[in-house]
Amino acid sequence: MTRFPDTRGSLVAAMRSPDEATRARALSTLAEAYWKPIYTYVRLKAGREHEEAADLTQEFFARLVEKDWLARFDASKARLRTYLRVLADGLVANESKAKGRVKRGGGLQILSLDFDAVRREAEEHRAAGELSPEDFFEKEWVRSVFSMAVERFRETCVADGKELRFALFSAYDLEGDAAVERPRYEGLARRFGTTAVDVTNQLAAARRDFRRIVLELLRELTVSDAEFRLEARALLGIEPST
Amino acid sequence: MRLGDAALDRLRDAVRAPDLAGTRYRLVGPLGAGGMGAVFEAEDELLGRRVALKVVDVPLDGEAPAEALLEEALVLARLEHPGLVPVHDAGRLPDGRAFYAMKLVKGERLDAHLGHVALLKERLRLFLRVCEPVAFAHANGILHRDLKPSNVMVGPFGEVLVLDWGLARPLAGAGGGGGAGTPGFMAPEEARGEPVDTRADVYGLGALLDAMLRVAPAPPRPKALASIAARAMAPDRDKRYSDVPALAADVARFLDGERVEAHVEGPFERAGRVVKRHRVAVGLVAAYLLTRGLFILFRH
Repeated sequence: MTRFPDTRGSLVAAMRSPDEATRARALSTLAEAYWKPIYTYVRLKAGREHEEAADLTQEFFARLVEKDWLARFDASKARLRTYLRVLADGLVANESKAKGRVKRGGGLQILSLDFDAVRREAEEHRAAGELSPEDFFEKEWVRSVFSMAVERFRETCVADGKELRFALFSAYDLEGDAAVERPRYEGLARRFGTTAVDVTNQLAAARRDFRRIVLELLRELTVSDAEFRLEARALLGIEPST
Repeated sequence: MRLGDAALDRLRDAVRAPDLAGTRYRLVGPLGAGGMGAVFEAEDELLGRRVALKVVDVPLDGEAPAEALLEEALVLARLEHPGLVPVHDAGRLPDGRAFYAMKLVKGERLDAHLGHVALLKERLRLFLRVCEPVAFAHANGILHRDLKPSNVMVGPFGEVLVLDWGLARPLAGAGGGGGAGTPGFMAPEEARGEPVDTRADVYGLGALLDAMLRVAPAPPRPKALASIAARAMAPDRDKRYSDVPALAADVARFLDGERVEAHVEGPFERAGRVVKRHRVAVGLVAAYLLTRGLFILFRH
C-alpha cells in the first residue's frame, strides 16, 4: 500500500527522471514543500506586493523545470533549502530580464497554489518584522513540511480505517493555541467515546506513525545522509551546545 | 492545512521526544542536546528515581550514530570513577532510536560555574579535578578527544564530572577522527586525522585550562600558568607534557608555590614566588628585623 511518491530516495533525482509521471509527482511534492517559503521570502526580502510575488513564485517553479536548475545542485556544498532560496534571490534580481521573456501570470502557472491562504500571514509578518526574511523562509519551510506530514498521516489513517487515531492526534496535538491547556486524556476519552487507556495507546501509536512520516518526507526532500541529518535537526529545532 | 505556531511547537516536541511507550521510563522533559544525541530527563518507574536519557537525536537515523551512542555507553560503563556519570541501562527504544540511561546530575556547565568563581586557586583546584577522570580513563585505555568547558559539569555539591564521551576511542590504535573534535580544543594531529595518543587530551586540557583562566571575572593570569597552558598546547606533541598526571603535577606545583617545569623564572619572579610561598616565615623575619632595627635606632 503506497500512497506516497515512489521516489523515496530524493525528489531531486525524481525531478530528472525519464518518466513524466514521476517528474510530475516530484514537482508537485517539491512545490508543496517550498511554494509558501518562496512566496513569503519574495514578499519580505524583495518587498514585492502580493500579485507580483505570486507570479514570481509560479515563475520560480516553471523555471526550475525549464532550466533544469536542480541539475546544478551539489549536496556537498549546500542544503537544497539554501540552494532554492539563493535561486529565488537570483530570479528576483534578474526580474527585469525575465520580464522581457515571460508574460507574467500567464502560461507559466504550472501549479495550482492558494496564495490567499498565506498572504495575510506574510503581510502581518512584514508589518511586525520580527524575523529576517531568511529566518521566516526557514520557519515557513518547517510549517510546510509538518503540514504535508499531517496530511499524509490523515490519508494513511483514513486508508487504514484508523480515523479515531487521527481524530485524537488532531484534538491533542493540532487544536488550540499556546494559551489553551491541552485536553486531558480522560476528557478526550469521553469526547470520543473510548477509554483513557485507549487514548494513551492511540496517541503513542499516532506519534510513532507521524514521526516516521515526517522523516520519510524529509528523506525525499534531501539528497544525502549529511543533509538529511542537518535538516532533521533544523526541522526539529535541535540546537547542539557549543 | 495551515498549522499555527502552537501546533507546530507541539508537533516538533512530539517528533523529537523519545518513544518511551512500554518502557520503564516516563518522559519528564528535555535537558539539552549534544553532538549526536539529545538528553532528556525521565522517571525510571521501576526504581522510582529520576534519570537522564541520552537518545540519538534524529529518530530512525542511520546506524552509525546509534552505534556511536551505544559505544559511548559501553565506554562509560567500563569506567567507574566519581568524575564520570554512571550508566544504568542501554538499548533501543520502541521507535528504533538507540539510548542509554545515566545518573541525572543537575548542575552547571563549567564555563557558567566559573562566572562565580573569582579566585584563581579555586579555578585551578577545579581544573585538577577535571584531570582526574581523564587520567583515570587513560589508565584504562580510553581517550576522551573532546575536552571543553561545555563537556564539564559542576554539580550542586561541588562534584566535577567530565561528560560527553561520544568521541572517546580506545587508546590502542586510536586513529584520528579527521577533525571530529571542537576547533580550539582539538590537537593539531587530531585535526589532521593522524593517529592520536594521550597527548591529544593533554592538548584539550591545556586549552581548557586556558579557557578557564579567561572566563569573567578573570583573575590575574600569572606567567607560570600561561606557560603551563602553552606547553600543554604545544603544536608538536613531543613538546607537551607526556601525560595528564605530568600536567596536573605542574599545576599542583604552582598551587603549592613551587617552581613549575614549564616556566623559566627570572630572579625577581623567583624571589616573589619564594616570598609568597613562605609568607609567614618571611613576615616573622621581617617583623623581627624591623623591631631589632627600631630598638637599635632608639638606643642610639
